[in-house]
Amino acid sequence: MTLLKVEALSREFGGILAVDSLHFEIAPGSIHSIIGPNGAGKTTLFNLVTGVYAPSAGRVHFEGRDITGLAPHRLAAMGLSRTFQNLQIFFNMTALENVMVGLHLTLDRRLGAALFRLGGVARKERRARDAAAELMRFVGLEAYLDVDADAMPYGALKGLELARALASKPRLLLLDEPAAGLNPVETEEVAGLIRKIAQSGVTVVLVEHDMRLVMGVSDHVLVLDYGRKLAEGTVDEVRANPDVIAAYLGSGAAGGTHGA
Amino acid sequence: MFAEFLQFLLSGVTVGAAYGLVALGFSIIYNASHVINFAQGEFVMLGGMSTVFLMAAGLPMPVAVVLAVLVTVVLGLLLEKLAIEPARGAGVVPLIIITIGASIFLRGVAQVAMDREFHAMPPFTGDAPIMIAGATILPQSLWVFGGMAVMGMLLWYFFARARFGKAMLATAYNPLAARLIGVNTRLVLLCSFGLSALLGSVAGILLAPITFTSYDVGIMLGLKGFCAAILGGMGHGAGAVVGGLIVGIAEAMGAGYISSEYKDAIAFIIILLVLFFMPNGLFGKRTTERV
Amino acid sequence: MSQALKRKLADPRTGGLLGLAAVIAVLPLFLPNNFYYDVAIGAGLSAIVCVGLNLLIGYAGQISLGHAGFVGLGAYSSAVLTVEFGWHPLAAMTAGALGVGILAFLVARPILRLRGHYLAMATLGLGIIISIVVNTEAEYTGGPDGMTVPSLMFFGRELYGEAVWYWIVGAALLFTVWLSLNLIASPVGRALRAVHGSEPAAEIAGVDTAHYKVLVFVISAVIASLAGSLGAHYAGFVSPANVGFFRSIELVTMVVLGGMASTYGAVVGAAILTVLPQLLTGLEDYEHIAFGLILMLTVIFMPRGLVPSFFTIARNRLASAGAPPP
Repeated sequence: MTLLKVEALSREFGGILAVDSLHFEIAPGSIHSIIGPNGAGKTTLFNLVTGVYAPSAGRVHFEGRDITGLAPHRLAAMGLSRTFQNLQIFFNMTALENVMVGLHLTLDRRLGAALFRLGGVARKERRARDAAAELMRFVGLEAYLDVDADAMPYGALKGLELARALASKPRLLLLDEPAAGLNPVETEEVAGLIRKIAQSGVTVVLVEHDMRLVMGVSDHVLVLDYGRKLAEGTVDEVRANPDVIAAYLGSGAAGGTHGA
Repeated sequence: MFAEFLQFLLSGVTVGAAYGLVALGFSIIYNASHVINFAQGEFVMLGGMSTVFLMAAGLPMPVAVVLAVLVTVVLGLLLEKLAIEPARGAGVVPLIIITIGASIFLRGVAQVAMDREFHAMPPFTGDAPIMIAGATILPQSLWVFGGMAVMGMLLWYFFARARFGKAMLATAYNPLAARLIGVNTRLVLLCSFGLSALLGSVAGILLAPITFTSYDVGIMLGLKGFCAAILGGMGHGAGAVVGGLIVGIAEAMGAGYISSEYKDAIAFIIILLVLFFMPNGLFGKRTTERV
Repeated sequence: MSQALKRKLADPRTGGLLGLAAVIAVLPLFLPNNFYYDVAIGAGLSAIVCVGLNLLIGYAGQISLGHAGFVGLGAYSSAVLTVEFGWHPLAAMTAGALGVGILAFLVARPILRLRGHYLAMATLGLGIIISIVVNTEAEYTGGPDGMTVPSLMFFGRELYGEAVWYWIVGAALLFTVWLSLNLIASPVGRALRAVHGSEPAAEIAGVDTAHYKVLVFVISAVIASLAGSLGAHYAGFVSPANVGFFRSIELVTMVVLGGMASTYGAVVGAAILTVLPQLLTGLEDYEHIAFGLILMLTVIFMPRGLVPSFFTIARNRLASAGAPPP
């Protein structure tokens, strides 16, 4: 049983294929990493899977259903979530409210109930606050509950994105460079958090440049180069793959520019 | 029949050429900063009104025209320096609000410093109509076409050949990359306002002898130039000119054949239709937002 | 005072509403004649529109440059349907609100899927078209001269005069503010703010951003329409003077000045900018300059607006006053 299946997926930007007929499958219940040099198409791939971009060709299946081109909010309802490489925080809210947005689909969203404060909205909101606070404790941000998001340090914001993503109870969580901009201590904390998330039954896919993090947490690694699959396998298999070594060290890798 | 059609066409092309100039102003600022400058119409008003008042003060027309353009350009530069620059980094909505504030402010200043009357400006070269296949055209209309053609060509040369023009295009395409290769993007932004003010004031001066001018002509002229820019595809130079001509012709035909009362509504109906059915306009490119 | 009571009063939904009710209740003591009542009623009606508009601009981060058109449609629905077609005023008011809601939906649905400034352009166009129609269809609307509107009847009693309408508008304002505060403190309101904060993040959190943008636009348009209907019955008269582009900008200015993302800010902004022109009588020529400057200066130097800035300063003062000595 595969959780996520990508078939012949392509996306071109101005004549250049950022993702080029890519095939791969993600099995449930493990930590997967997608690595590759800058511009290999990793973030584009995330954007294709999560409906931010429409693919030029190919299909994406999630739990056996075709999700190609579905809007992100539909994917969220199906159990797929992500974080962003460039933080996407609601800076007009407190930290706790950021996480509460992640609970959106589990809450009472009827307009009438909201306008007239009927149907126990107040009680449900209190419960949502508690659930969000619990998630913030899970990612180690209990000190920031009612702090405005725009007053939080960078590292804490990365954790906040994680908590918000977890709030939607995803079965598949895509993390776009969770360690970017973090110091080694913070990176180690993130690694621990990723393991904890995976243990709770969420399948994690991360795009990451920090090789220590990748090699430390991944059960399975997919290597991209120029939008194509270069190699795939366990950490040890990938590490020993001569193509991967060549791509990373630059020997034999063609130069030139291509889309990210 | 044909003469009537030709008459509508000619008057449509005349105002359309002016809308095109205003639309070019919108596009230039949009390219440099992604700001929609709602004060664009006020540049048009300032050009016409300043010329009228400078002439009333006894200056010969050519001097008045040059001074009026200068005054407008200086105001355009001040607008960027004092109102847009301090708010850089604010979102689209705050910047729109600032330019709306600026437009109302400029209109208010014109109303106080000049007056609230309608003014006729004498045509540049006589007012004897020229007959073409049963339709007539005023010599001033030829000035408007010529003005647009000259400005269009100068702009084309500026962006295609001149070093600074290329820097402006680079900034439009990718401000960060432009800055990295040494383009002074702040100067580019400033100049885009100066250039737009120049185009607007020229349009206002060319058009004033045909349509009269007053402190509040900027609202409609600005908004219609804006319709033209959207129709052509925001940020697209040739699109702005084509958009201007289409809006002008549609308006003249609509006024002539359908209803003169709804003449002013036609441009706005075009805006809604464009937004519904082809939000990127005739020539605009699809853009993908990065996250 | 008990801790729980203190917290209740500091909560905008109870303390703030009580405060606003108190202001509305006490204000008549300072209104010497009908002219002052008229200004207060005008401020209240503008405030109702602004509370709705603030949901759109302040909370959801979208903009409408045509809200005066919706106010006008509400007013003219009440006028035309009662006078020309003999409808009951309440039926006319409801039909107007419904029609405006549908119109807002039809316009917003295709446009709000796009990002950025498109809504500004579309609402601008729509507002101007409405204003042109109202001016032109003189057969129904009286054209530029306007038309009279019958009084509102309430259980057989005619609602007439400033003193009566002051309380009607006051109650309507309180009710609108209550609705707005409720909405913002709900998952729906949070979704609106999320749309403003980051659309990609809102989407992946499960928020259908296009749906919520359309929803808030329709709500704010319907509120504008209802306020327009009320205003028409109060004045007994409608004219195109307050349907145009400049009025739409005035409404935006009120929201921006009072404070985006602040319900009470919208009320304060509406009050200030309704009273200000009255203080500047004789200086009407300077009205444009003043509004333009207020808009620019507020966005540049006080982007959050009066009320939120005031509360931030007050809270900081309190915090530093209450802080233990070092």
